[in-house]
Amino acid sequence: MTAPANVTFRIRRYDPASGQPPAWEDFTMPYSDGMTVLDGLRVLKETRLPTLAWRSSCRMGVCGSCGMFINGRPRLACNTQITELGTSLVTVAPLPNFDIIRDLVPDLRPMFDAHAALMPHIIRDDAEEQREPTGEYFQTPHELEQFLQFTYCIKCGCCMSACPTVATDPAYSGPMPLAQSHRYNADSRDGGFVARKRALATERGPWKCHYAGECSQACPKGVDPARAIQLMKRELVLDYFKLYRQPCPSKVVATPTEVKRRPDVPEAPAATI
Amino acid sequence: MRDQRLWTWHVLAGLVILVLLGLHMGIMHLDTLLGWFNPPDMKPVAWGAVLQRARMGFFTVSYIVLLGAALFHGLYGLRNILFELAPGRGVKSALNVFLAAGGVGLFVFGAWAAWAAGVLARTL
Repeated sequence: MTAPANVTFRIRRYDPASGQPPAWEDFTMPYSDGMTVLDGLRVLKETRLPTLAWRSSCRMGVCGSCGMFINGRPRLACNTQITELGTSLVTVAPLPNFDIIRDLVPDLRPMFDAHAALMPHIIRDDAEEQREPTGEYFQTPHELEQFLQFTYCIKCGCCMSACPTVATDPAYSGPMPLAQSHRYNADSRDGGFVARKRALATERGPWKCHYAGECSQACPKGVDPARAIQLMKRELVLDYFKLYRQPCPSKVVATPTEVKRRPDVPEAPAATI
Repeated sequence: MRDQRLWTWHVLAGLVILVLLGLHMGIMHLDTLLGWFNPPDMKPVAWGAVLQRARMGFFTVSYIVLLGAALFHGLYGLRNILFELAPGRGVKSALNVFLAAGGVGLFVFGAWAAWAAGVLARTL
């Protein structure tokens, strides 16, 4: 689309203190080259709407703060160019399937509660090694590929707001928590499948996914949560027949001692944490 | 763990339905080519062909297995749909009991009908 001369932002405003229901308000402003939706919101806040509220931070699609419902789809405001929308009318609303805190700020706590409940972290028996590492856990490139795409998730909530099951069933964990749980189940360094299964084998698990695939369509980072959910179902079905066994967590690779550093390779910087 | 068990059986029941409905389609629509179960020169829906199949124990068993699989598969799907309406815990328990009792009742009645049809067919 050619760049428009002016852009109209139709914004869904909501102030819980006012007692009024959410309402749409229109604002027109000149378009500037390379303008993203987030840029437009910033201009509006600086010039006309000092009380407009939203979340944002990095402005480069990394932090996952600025998920919004833009022209009928969940997107990151910082990653959405006005020109890619194909219209000079930009409708901006908070992400659906979440309560609204104010204006464009959704309440993401249910998502992060579900996320934490599915134990999205490495679970191993060697707690001492994790506290005081003596080396690195061995992992082949093939093992890394089994979960790598799921690590790109930035927890923006776009998949949750696109999911038709999340819209109707509060017991369902949703695509982000389930995909992140699968990400650790599929990690060769992890041994926590049995522990996670206690949560996944209940109604919070992947069973109510409708295969709509909207989560994968909506993801601004190209992650495929729908695939993770189906892989998780397969693992749990195989587990029911005792046919699934998570591989033993990978071992620590001993640091080589008899290897001399090449003179042209500098020393690694000192650890900061 | 109950949802894991129910889902697994849901998938298995779907597979059973796929096989048995495939068999049904084969018998009813491809029998001219296959000629497995029906008497020659007789349409699959002719009285004589129906009677012959009813006399075979294989069909009595397959009717009962298909009935059980279809009931479980369908009622579990219905349960999922109803649970997505976010009912309270008490309503969920009542639905579980109602669907399980209804399913068992329908299965017993249907299995009896299939078995009785086989017995009756052998006397004709």
